[in-house]
Amino acid sequence: MVPLSHYLILSAVLFAIGMFGALTRRNAIGILMALELMFNAVNLNFVAFSRYLPSTMLQGQIFAIFVITIAAAEAAVGLAIVLGLYRNFKTINVDEINLMKW
Amino acid sequence: MTVIQVVFFLVAAFTTAAAFLVVLAKNIVHCAIALVFTFFGVAALYVLLDAEFLAAVQVLLYVGGITILLLFAIMLTSRISARGVKIMNEQVGVSAVVVFAIFALMAIASLKGFALVGSPPPASYATASLGRLLLTTYVLPFEAVSILLLAAMVGAIILARREREKD
Amino acid sequence: MKLVILVPLLPLIGVLINGLFGAKIRGRAHLVAVSASGLSCLVAFLVLFQAAGGGVLDWDLYSWLKVGDFRVPIGILVDPLSVVMMLVVTFVGFLIHVYSIGYMHDDRSYARFFTYLNLFMFSMLVLVLANNYLLMFLGWEGVGLCSYLLIGFWYEKKSAADAGKKAFIVNRIGDAGFLLGLFLIWSVFGSLKYSEVFKAVDPALGTGIYTAVTLLLFVGAMGKSAQLPLYVWLPDAMEGPTPVSALIHAATMVTAGVYMVARSSPLFDLAPFSLEVVAWVGGLTAVFSASIALVQNDIKRVVAYSTISQLGYMFLGAGAGAYASAIFHLGTHAFFKALLFLGAGSVIHSLHGEQDIRKMGGLWKAMPITAWTFLLASLANAGIFPLAGFWSKDEILFNAFKHGMTVPWLLGLIGAFLTAFYMFRLFFLVFTGRFRGDAHAAQHLHESPPNMAYPLVVLAFFSVTVGLVFGFPPDHGIYHRFVAPMFEAVHEAAGKAAHASLSSEVGMAALSLTIAFLGVLLAYQFYMKKPELPGLLADRMKGVYRLLLNKYWVDELYQAIFVNFGKRVCAFLWGVDSGVVDGAVNRSSWLTVRLSFLSAWNDLKIVDGMVNGIADLIQGGSLNLRRLQTGIVQNYILAMSLGILGMLVLYLFVFR
Repeated sequence: MVPLSHYLILSAVLFAIGMFGALTRRNAIGILMALELMFNAVNLNFVAFSRYLPSTMLQGQIFAIFVITIAAAEAAVGLAIVLGLYRNFKTINVDEINLMKW
Repeated sequence: MTVIQVVFFLVAAFTTAAAFLVVLAKNIVHCAIALVFTFFGVAALYVLLDAEFLAAVQVLLYVGGITILLLFAIMLTSRISARGVKIMNEQVGVSAVVVFAIFALMAIASLKGFALVGSPPPASYATASLGRLLLTTYVLPFEAVSILLLAAMVGAIILARREREKD
Repeated sequence: MKLVILVPLLPLIGVLINGLFGAKIRGRAHLVAVSASGLSCLVAFLVLFQAAGGGVLDWDLYSWLKVGDFRVPIGILVDPLSVVMMLVVTFVGFLIHVYSIGYMHDDRSYARFFTYLNLFMFSMLVLVLANNYLLMFLGWEGVGLCSYLLIGFWYEKKSAADAGKKAFIVNRIGDAGFLLGLFLIWSVFGSLKYSEVFKAVDPALGTGIYTAVTLLLFVGAMGKSAQLPLYVWLPDAMEGPTPVSALIHAATMVTAGVYMVARSSPLFDLAPFSLEVVAWVGGLTAVFSASIALVQNDIKRVVAYSTISQLGYMFLGAGAGAYASAIFHLGTHAFFKALLFLGAGSVIHSLHGEQDIRKMGGLWKAMPITAWTFLLASLANAGIFPLAGFWSKDEILFNAFKHGMTVPWLLGLIGAFLTAFYMFRLFFLVFTGRFRGDAHAAQHLHESPPNMAYPLVVLAFFSVTVGLVFGFPPDHGIYHRFVAPMFEAVHEAAGKAAHASLSSEVGMAALSLTIAFLGVLLAYQFYMKKPELPGLLADRMKGVYRLLLNKYWVDELYQAIFVNFGKRVCAFLWGVDSGVVDGAVNRSSWLTVRLSFLSAWNDLKIVDGMVNGIADLIQGGSLNLRRLQTGIVQNYILAMSLGILGMLVLYLFVFR
């Protein structure tokens, strides 16, 4: 039997990797990809809890469904923004875009 | 070691490796492909967790939808052949430390709090329950999400539209 | 009877008109002044007729001072005493105003003279008509001021200015005593009104209080009426124009002291010691100044010392309790003394300013009117029957003897002899014999113009008749019956109802008459029959002669003791003021400047420093803080992750 903590640690690993990517990648789309990774880690966490904890309501899985849905919507809008960014600045390296600098 | 445990570790390793690739690959398209593999890995994990419907939804939406979107975006925006352009920004060191610290804390929390020698309760037919739940208890979020999707769609279209003066 | 308010008011109006418009109406200023004093005299006579029936008026016109219990009104008192004084002042004053038209005719400050003269009339009438001590004191000070102004009328002449100052200062010494007397009266009796004070007079309070009050009041009288030792200003006051000497220093101002003593008779009657002092001072002064008059060579000086001497007689009478007689002598003296002064003025006017009798003589022929009137005045002054001076002087001497004041009586007799002698010395030297002046003056000898001669005649007439008409029989004549109500009750209370027989009275009169005749005879011998006698006597008694000629060196004594000492004190105080006081002020200002420098440093460095420091702090802080805003989103995400890390740490390890 696989203990719950294994699933949790795995999700923590995936989350950490995703966070690292979000913090360090220069490409905007790369950041979005890392974001998807984080979403997946969170979903895994929810589903693992819903499986292992005694409950008949399956809240974890419901939550995961909604997360997936919203992730999709967010990815669509985010990429539209990236396209707009590319049109205006001719680059999608986020550390070259610092108009809000002091 | 049972079969399940072995399968679990294999799938976990695969997913983790793919995740690393997503973050560390130089070529952005390689990142996208690695992301697909990661999605598949997570779907496999869902199956292991008796959430078959969710695994199907994962593959459908993530792999089928989002990945395609990402690829389109990549094609439209980046110079794929990244010649000598660094992919990581200056805060690599600090982020590594911070991220590792967060991971460590979460791991400690998981181990300390949920050292359940996981014998999961007997599985039931999840899909039917999911369907029922979605349309009774969680019908409100369900409808709200649909509005959200509409809004996102409209927003995405408007944002991505070309400026009129070019025509 | 309330018309009496016009009496002082008319001269006051004259003052205002002449004072404000004097420069414009120069030559006609006398019209205003003379008519003012003339009308005033007329009203005074009207009041007399009303008061003769026994009417008395105590009229408060206006509430002057009201401070707690201290109430002083401006009020008029019309009773026999004030009516007599008022008549003397206005009548003699009017005649002298007329005389001044001629005497001051050529003077530059014609209008100013009449202004001051009217002001004097006003002040003297206030003094005499007041119904309380404080208002009397106001008049007292007013006449003192006018005396100063008129003595120093020709102020460009240093001796005149000095004489004015001397008069005012010596008067002031007397006034200090007067004021102390007033304070005492108020604190003991609670009021300054005559009616209230005299009602509150009570023998039970003991003679000490009354003695103190009356002695202090008498000090004031000594100053104003030129008695020993405060007489020194009167001879010097002769620097003023002759009408001034006549009016102020013969007839009216100097008599204010006598009036005041008579007015305060209820107080004096309860202080027998004070009465003794008054009589002695009067007697001594009479003899002292008569002795000085024996050898003086200035015509006005002789008359001045005569005035002092006669004032002594008045005080002698008052001190003997014969207040009515003293006032009677005041009245008769006013006439003949004014006449003497005006006559002297006439002589001086004719000789164009010469006042030394050694340069006069034989003026009888050239100035008959002046000579005759002067003779009549001299007879009156010497107390020869039946002229005015005889009746009043005799009454005084008789009353003094009757009340047991033998030494003062004796002094009075000696004084009478001396008076007769020096008066006729003066007359013989000025009007008889040969003229001893220079030839130029001899050619310009002339009688005075009518406006100067007529007053002389009028005064001479009164000098002859007033005594007989009002004063016969002695102590019971018309005058005495008129003023009797004033002093009767007091006499009864004092218990001095010493009745003497008629024979002793006649005998007394005969004695004083004889003495006076002896004086005249001696003068006749010395200056008419054997003119070399005075010179021989002077040589034989050189020391005495020099003593008398130098007026006993009293003026020099006062100068050495009081004046120089006073000057040294003033110099010392001035040194204190400029050194200590001014020094302190200057030092403190220097200190303030230094301290203000310190305050400025504090403000600039510390206060501004703090304010600027805070601003700099904020600026520095914000300069550094804004570097957080890099504009790069991932930096913000990193910051958020750090926050998440912190929260995790908190939840896991702190909030267990």
